[in-house]
Amino acid sequence: MPATLVFILRRTLQIVPVVLAIAALNFVLLHLAPGDAADIIAARSGGSDTEFVEELRRSFGLDRPLWQQFLIYLGKLLTLDLGYSHVQATPVAALILDRVPATLLLMLAAIGIAVAVGVALGIVSAMRHRSWTDAIVSVLALVVYATPQFWLGLMLIVLFSITIGILPSGGMMTIAREMTAPERLLDVARHLVLPSLTLGLFYVAVYARLMRASMLEVFTLDFITTARAKGLSELRVGLAHAARNALLPVVTLAGVQIGHLLGGSILVETVFGWPGLGRLVFDALLQRDLNLLLGILFVSSIVVVLANLAVDLVYGLLDPRIVHK
Amino acid sequence: MSALLAIENLTVEFTTTRGTVRAVEGLSFRLERGETLAIVGESGSGKSTAALAILRLIAAGSGRIAGGRILFEGSDLLTLADDRLRAVRGARIGMIFQDPMMALNPVYTVGDQIAETLIAHQGMSRRAARQRGVELLRRVRVPAPERRIAEYPHNLSGGMRQRVMIAMALACRPSLLIADEPTTALDVTVQAQVLSLIDELKAEFGMAVLLITHDLGVVWEMAQRVVVMYAGRKVEEGPSGRLFTRPAHPYTRGLLRAAKWEEGEGRRLSEIPGTVPSPSDMPAGCAFAPRCDAAVSRCRGERPALGRVGAQREAACFVAESEPA
Amino acid sequence: MSSSLVDFWRKFRRNRAAVAALFVLALIVLAAAFGPLLYTADPFDMLGRPTQPPSQRFPLGTDVSGRDILAGLIHGARVSLLIGIVASLAATLFGVLVGAAAGYYGGALDNLLMRGTDFFLTIPSFVLAVVLVAIFSPSIVSVTAAIAIVSWPSVARLARAEFIAQRDRDYVQACRALGMSNLDIILRQIMPNALPPVIVVASLMVATAILTESGLSFLGLSDPNVISWGYMIGVGRTVLRVAWWMSAIPGVTILVTVLCINLVGEGLSDALNPRLQQR
Repeated sequence: MPATLVFILRRTLQIVPVVLAIAALNFVLLHLAPGDAADIIAARSGGSDTEFVEELRRSFGLDRPLWQQFLIYLGKLLTLDLGYSHVQATPVAALILDRVPATLLLMLAAIGIAVAVGVALGIVSAMRHRSWTDAIVSVLALVVYATPQFWLGLMLIVLFSITIGILPSGGMMTIAREMTAPERLLDVARHLVLPSLTLGLFYVAVYARLMRASMLEVFTLDFITTARAKGLSELRVGLAHAARNALLPVVTLAGVQIGHLLGGSILVETVFGWPGLGRLVFDALLQRDLNLLLGILFVSSIVVVLANLAVDLVYGLLDPRIVHK
Repeated sequence: MSALLAIENLTVEFTTTRGTVRAVEGLSFRLERGETLAIVGESGSGKSTAALAILRLIAAGSGRIAGGRILFEGSDLLTLADDRLRAVRGARIGMIFQDPMMALNPVYTVGDQIAETLIAHQGMSRRAARQRGVELLRRVRVPAPERRIAEYPHNLSGGMRQRVMIAMALACRPSLLIADEPTTALDVTVQAQVLSLIDELKAEFGMAVLLITHDLGVVWEMAQRVVVMYAGRKVEEGPSGRLFTRPAHPYTRGLLRAAKWEEGEGRRLSEIPGTVPSPSDMPAGCAFAPRCDAAVSRCRGERPALGRVGAQREAACFVAESEPA
Repeated sequence: MSSSLVDFWRKFRRNRAAVAALFVLALIVLAAAFGPLLYTADPFDMLGRPTQPPSQRFPLGTDVSGRDILAGLIHGARVSLLIGIVASLAATLFGVLVGAAAGYYGGALDNLLMRGTDFFLTIPSFVLAVVLVAIFSPSIVSVTAAIAIVSWPSVARLARAEFIAQRDRDYVQACRALGMSNLDIILRQIMPNALPPVIVVASLMVATAILTESGLSFLGLSDPNVISWGYMIGVGRTVLRVAWWMSAIPGVTILVTVLCINLVGEGLSDALNPRLQQR
C-alpha cells in the first residue's frame, strides 16, 4: 500500500476518540446547566406541577442513569440528531444546517483574504527586511492584532456604510427587489466585503508576521546559499525556494486557527447581521436556548477536528518528508 | 597568461555585539586554469568565509566584503552588477558545499534542482533540462539515474547527495569549481570516490578547482598548490609537495605534526595545543605566536608580513625556514 | 537576585516601544485603581440627558441612557484589567502545574495529560467561553472562570516543552543524585529556568483575555452589576448612525490597552530570551 494512503488512513482514524470526547463534554455541559429540558418545557407551558414535570422527564428519558443517557445521546449524534430547540420548535440540526452555508461563505472569504494578503505581505516584508515597507507592515500588524474584531466591524460600518455609503451595513443580501442570478451574486458579494474584511484582517496580521518570521529563518538555511550560488534571481530564491519552505508553519497555523475563526464569526456575524452560525449563537443566547448552543458547540468542535485533519494531510503533501516517516 | 582567478587583498568584516571583526584580512592568491588549489586551516581560520566571498554569498545581515578585488576571467566580481554576477554564479563558477543534506532544498526533487540551473542559464525547456539532468547523474555515477532524478534529497544517501550537488554545480560546465569541505560530512569510504570523481570531471572539463578543507589527506590527494590560513590571514603558500615535505611556517609544521603526517598517509587534523584566537580578540603581533613553539620576542610585538621563502613559496613568519636557494 | 533584575531592566530598556507601552499601561492601571476616587461619578447613574456630546459636566458625553461615558471608561478599566489579570493568573497556575507534571514525569501521565490538553485545544475557545458563561449565568466570577478554562491549555503545552527540555540536563541529574525529592527539583530547580517563556505567554494572555472579555460583554454576557468596555460598545451600537463615538471611544481604549500589553510582552520576551538573533 502506498505510503501516502497509509498516512491518510492512519490520521483519519485518529479523530474517532476525539469526537467521542467532544460528545462527552457536550453531555456533561448539558447536565451541568441548572434545570433540564423538562423544567424548561414545564416553565414555558406554565405548569410546574411536580407530577407533570416527572412525566415529562420520563418521556425524555431523563430519569434513567447517566451512563445510559450518554449512550442514547451518542446514538442520536450518530444519526445527526442534535436535539430539539424548544424555543424555536425545530430540531437543532435543521437550524444549524440552515445557517452553515452562510458561515462557510464568510469564513472562506475571510481565510482567503487572510492567507493571500497575509502571506504576500509576509514575503514582501522579509525580502525587504529592515526597509520602510517592513517597518510599516510591522506596525500595522501590531495595531490590527490589538483591535477587537467586533469593534473594527462597527468602525468599518461607520466609515463605509454610514459616512461614504458605498457598502451595505448588514445582512447577506438586499431583500427588497427581484434580481437575476448575476445581480444576486454581485449583491451577496457586496454584502460580503465588510464582514469578511473584518473577520479576516486580524489573521492578515497574524499570517504576515508569521510568514515574515518564517521566511527570515529559512533565509539562514544552507540551501538558500546553494540556490544563490546557482545564479538564480533573488526573486526566484525568495519565492520558489524560501517561500515554499516558509509556508509550512503558516499552513499549520491556518488550520489550527479555524476554531478561533469560528469564535470570531460569532461576533462578526452579530455585528453585521450575517445569517450564519455565529448569529445563531447570538439568537440562542438571547432566547436562552441551551440545546441550540450546545449543538453549535458540538458542530464547531467537529469542524475544528476535521480542519486539523485536513491541515495534517495538506502538510503531508507539501512536505515529502512527513509522509515517509 | 593571466590567472583564471586572482584574489587581491580580500577583507571580510562581520558586525558582532562587540564591534566589527575581520574574519578574512588581506588575503591574496592566484589560481590558474586547470589547477587545483587547496586552502587549508582549522575552523575559524576564515577559509570558508573567503570561499563564500568569491561569489558574494556572504549573508547581507551578518557580514560585508570590506575591501579587495576578486578578478575572474578579467572582471572584478566584487563590482559586477547583480545580473552579471548571476550569470557567473552557477554557470562560470560552480560551488559545492559541505553538508549536502542541508544544502539541497528538501521540498524539490533532485531533478528539479538540477534542471533549475539549466533553465536559468541555458534557457532549456523543462523536458530538455530533465533529460540533461539524467545524463549528468549518470556522469557523476549515480546508479539508475532515470529513477533517482525524481527522488527527494532525503531519500538518497550522503554520497549520492554530494554527487547530485556536483552534477548541479557542473551542469553548465563552469571553468572553476569551488568545493567547500566537500567530503567532511561523508563516510570515509565514500570520500575517496567523491574526490576521484571531482578529479575526473576536472580533467574532462578542463576546470580549475578551489578546494577548501581541513583534511590534509585530501590536500595531498588533490591539490597542486596550497594556501595555509590562520586567523583570517594567509600564513603560507606553496606547491603541495614541497610544502608538505619542508613546511616553512611553524603553523604548517604543527598541522602536519598534529596529523601525524607521514608521506602517503592521510590523516585528519588533530590538535595543536591552544585554540585559534577569535577575530574580536586578536593578540598583538603574530596571531600564531601564543601557540608557536618557535616564537621569539619579535613575534609577539610585530606582525610578520608575507615573505618569499623559496621558488613560488611564501610565508608570513620571522623564523620561517627558507628553502635553500 | 537584584543584580539579575538590574540586568533584566537594562535589556528591557533597549526596546523603546516596550518602555513607552509600559508607561502608558501604568497610566491605565493607575486610572483604573485610583480613577473612581478622583472622578466620583457613578457609571450607572442616568443623570444626564441621553446621547450628549462632551460637555463640562460630562467630559466624554453621555450614552443612550444618560450615563457618564468617562465614568464608564474608568470603571470599565477596572473590570477589564481585573478579569484579564485574574483569569491569566489562574490559567497560568493550572497550566504550569499540568505542564510541569506532564513534562517532568513523562510516560503514561504525560500521555494522559496531553490528551486532555490537546482535546481542550480542539474546542473553539470563544464558543466554549460563550457556552460556559451562558450556562452559569454571567458574572465576574463566571466570566473570569470561563476565560481561564479556555486559556490554560496553551500554557500547559509550553510548560511541558520547557520541562522536557530541562529534565535531562546535568544539573537535574546532579540534584537527583543528591537525593533531592522530585517536588523540590520541580519547584526549586527547574521552575526558575522554565518560567521566563511562561511569563511572556502569561502576559500576552492578559491581552487576549481582555479581548475575550470585551467580546463576551458585547454579546451581553457580562456581569449586570458592572460596566465594561465591551458592554459600552454594544450599547453604542444602537445609535451608531448618530453617535458613532459612543462605540468608538471604548474600542480605542481596548485597542490601546491590548497594544501596550502586547508591546510590553514582546519587550519581556526579548529581555528574557537573549538567545534570539537580531531580526
